[in-house]
Amino acid sequence: MTGTTLLSVENVVVDLPTPRGNLRAVDRVNLTVGAGQTLGVVGESGCGKTMLSRAILQLLPKKAKLGGRVMFDGQDLVSLDREALRKLRGRSLAVVFQDPMTSLNPVLTIGTQLIETLQAHLELDIAAARKRSVELLTAVGIPAPEQRLTQYPHQLSGGMRQRVAIAIALSCEPKLLIADEPTTALDVTIQAQILDLLAREQRRRHMAMILITHDLGVVAGRTDEVAVMYAGRVVERAPTLALFKKMRMPYTEALLAAIPKLDAAPHTVLPAISGRPPDPTRPIKGCSFSPRCRYAVARCHQEKPGLTEAETPAHQFACFHPIEMPATVPA
Amino acid sequence: MATLELDLAEEAVTEPVRKGRRLGVLFWGAIGWMIFVFALAMFAPLLPIADPTTMDMLERRAPFSAAHWLGTDGLGRDELSRLIYGARISLVVGLCAPLIGLTFGGALGMLSGYFRGRLGSFVVGAMDVLLAFPPLILVLAVIAFVGQSIFNLTLILGVLGIPAFMRVARAATLTLSRREFVIAAEALGASHARILLRELLPNVILPLFAFFLLGVAVVIVVEGSLSFLGLGVPPPISSWGSMIGEGRESLDVAPRLAFIPAVAMFLTVLSFNLVGDTLRALTDPRQGAL
Amino acid sequence: MAFFVARRLLYLLPVLIAVSLLTFSIASLLPGDLALTILADQATPENLAALRRDMGLDQPIWQRYFIWLGNVLQGDFGRSFRTGQTVLQAVAERLPVSIELMLLAQLGALAIGVPLAIICAARSGGPFDRFMTGTAFGMLSVPTFLSAILLIYLFAVELRWLPATGYVPFAEDPLGNLRFFVLPSLTLALAEWPGIMRILRSDMIATLQEDYISLAKAKGLTPARILFVHALKPSSLTLVTITGINIGRLIGGALIVETIFALPGIGRLLVGAILTRDLIILQGVVLLVAAGFVIMNFIVDLLYAVLDPRIRHGHA
Repeated sequence: MTGTTLLSVENVVVDLPTPRGNLRAVDRVNLTVGAGQTLGVVGESGCGKTMLSRAILQLLPKKAKLGGRVMFDGQDLVSLDREALRKLRGRSLAVVFQDPMTSLNPVLTIGTQLIETLQAHLELDIAAARKRSVELLTAVGIPAPEQRLTQYPHQLSGGMRQRVAIAIALSCEPKLLIADEPTTALDVTIQAQILDLLAREQRRRHMAMILITHDLGVVAGRTDEVAVMYAGRVVERAPTLALFKKMRMPYTEALLAAIPKLDAAPHTVLPAISGRPPDPTRPIKGCSFSPRCRYAVARCHQEKPGLTEAETPAHQFACFHPIEMPATVPA
Repeated sequence: MATLELDLAEEAVTEPVRKGRRLGVLFWGAIGWMIFVFALAMFAPLLPIADPTTMDMLERRAPFSAAHWLGTDGLGRDELSRLIYGARISLVVGLCAPLIGLTFGGALGMLSGYFRGRLGSFVVGAMDVLLAFPPLILVLAVIAFVGQSIFNLTLILGVLGIPAFMRVARAATLTLSRREFVIAAEALGASHARILLRELLPNVILPLFAFFLLGVAVVIVVEGSLSFLGLGVPPPISSWGSMIGEGRESLDVAPRLAFIPAVAMFLTVLSFNLVGDTLRALTDPRQGAL
Repeated sequence: MAFFVARRLLYLLPVLIAVSLLTFSIASLLPGDLALTILADQATPENLAALRRDMGLDQPIWQRYFIWLGNVLQGDFGRSFRTGQTVLQAVAERLPVSIELMLLAQLGALAIGVPLAIICAARSGGPFDRFMTGTAFGMLSVPTFLSAILLIYLFAVELRWLPATGYVPFAEDPLGNLRFFVLPSLTLALAEWPGIMRILRSDMIATLQEDYISLAKAKGLTPARILFVHALKPSSLTLVTITGINIGRLIGGALIVETIFALPGIGRLLVGAILTRDLIILQGVVLLVAAGFVIMNFIVDLLYAVLDPRIRHGHA
């Protein structure tokens, strides 16, 4: 990891009270993102990655309990007052949500939603804000940006809407952009375009980015570091190159195996991960992945493994029986 | 890949479901008041109270006393007795009128919801016309032509309730007739009548009954309003509405003559609303937890 | 949009025809003899027959309907046989009073209901929310005439701040006019606000769960902007719907309130016509009120389309 640390998530815990009991959505997570760096957070639905992003943004549901510290740019976001937080959000900390169909307000024009963000943080008059909005829409690859300003979200396609959402996120030149599954709700053909757009803008603006996804393939060429989450915990983190060279955690391996391969023969059975993630309201004693792990032994069911260092301090994993062989992906 | 959606859990947290089926003190209080009023109204002739129409010009607007527990009204009639006999009117009209709506509206709604097609559209269209009138205006217009009587009032209020009951029954039937147990009955060759009566009716009747209770509250209010204006039940029959109307004339000297029946009416309407609303929430077919 | 308007207009016509049919049949088919009512004590078989002939009552019923409808379409709704005034004159004279009353009441109800709904939705589940939700539920069980009596007792009898009954035209004495309108419109507003508040509250609670509200927070907008622009604007559609549904109740409520507070509006005209058995006025007023109601609902539908960009652009 190079450069100064921009964001450091320290021992973050998110508890959600539910009718079935307490649900620990995020369990003692530690992460850092350096200025201008990109971190990928990978995991299945329900592994807590969205809750983690909400915890960083301080956008958790009212009843959720948050523990730990979220240091951003020298300030602890957890203890920041509402007004200071408001000035930070949208200004230096921006987000793109998963579903552009629901994340844009249906009764406000694209222009309103862009301009209000600009005017909330930058001292711009209407004309200047409009001009900048047009520039932003052009930058994210939206044709005829002038006309778009007066249109409503439903008049745009899903991909276009996500571009608008990205334009809104980029509008105040944030230091950190959190992209929470930005392509999951989109057509496959558009997914790569949006990801490339994010990567391009990230480099151009020297902005740090957290890319949250369930697809290990997405983070492969686009991130500096990857954290794999399972059942609320980080189970493996490593510089992206190191991870793909030698993954240690069986869960990471299983995730990689679950990605469809373009070069696989037609009708190949996709090796899905058997079983389902554990019920987060009923924590299990041992390693959370042990019920589904094909390497699990008795100890895995009894004790929870902590994060231990692999060859380098930057590569950490939580497993008693890490994979020793260089990752060979079953075809 | 098996998934466990955290987002669902999040919703459950922000909008907590009411735990269990505890109905609360208010609900049982409302039931208690309904039973109390019901018993008084039913046994009014047997109760040791004065005749509600006997006037005593020497005892006009008398205060509370042993002879007249709640005093007397502007014509020297016993207030308590008029209150109890007034409850009879409110309850008779209040229960019978929605019963008409429940029966005809429920039947029409179930038929149009089950058979859909042209019959459904026709029924809905006809009801739309009835709904095109501001309800109170239509009641007054009909009453004006056919004359004031308890029977006429009940009948017209009942007919006006049909569209609302029809909508509830139709909506419930439409949802239910796509359920497996109805499709299964159809597949087994059950007749339409059998499906309507044995499969659908027991499920539709619950939301309809909850709506019926809310309808009782509405009719009591409308009957009260009409009687208050002197357009409801004809004098000298006592009704809460007409008592409040008469009490209004002496607001400055004896406000209790207006406020005692007002409180009785408010409590009764509130009770029906409370019980109806609670049952509606419990039987809402949209929750799908049947 | 044009297609939408055309379709609603096409629907309007049969409803209006049905309304006229129903109004006509109430007056003509139900028991009760118009000629007998008019002549009352002076009725003799001869003048009864003569009057029936004059009024066309001896003709077949469908013929009478078309004659009546033809007159109505030419603006001739008939003439009161008591005062000699035409229906149109009588209605035109009283309509401003009713409209002023309903407008003031609706504004009052919105002024009470909307802020309460917003506060309750923003703090849903809190003590204030629970208290106001309970109060609103209780208020739904208070009939209009009860709150009227209560307000009269409080402000006119006990405190003597405001007149209980009476009316001066706005043009003669604007302040005095408004003084007479305070209690009646407050009465009506008290009956209307709980419905507005309850529906808007639950609607806004649902809206506040939306992704776009989270995004609005993440954009660093002020809480006021999130609440009033991002959350209230989508819910304003609901507000229009509630207003539409409430028009019928409002007309009925206005009738009661006008009668209690002696405001010379349409409602009082109608009640007066019933009490004096002025059947021509009654028939005309019922038809006009019902037609007005249908048209108002039509306007609400259009307003709904104007407010919702999805309907406006033909996506719904």
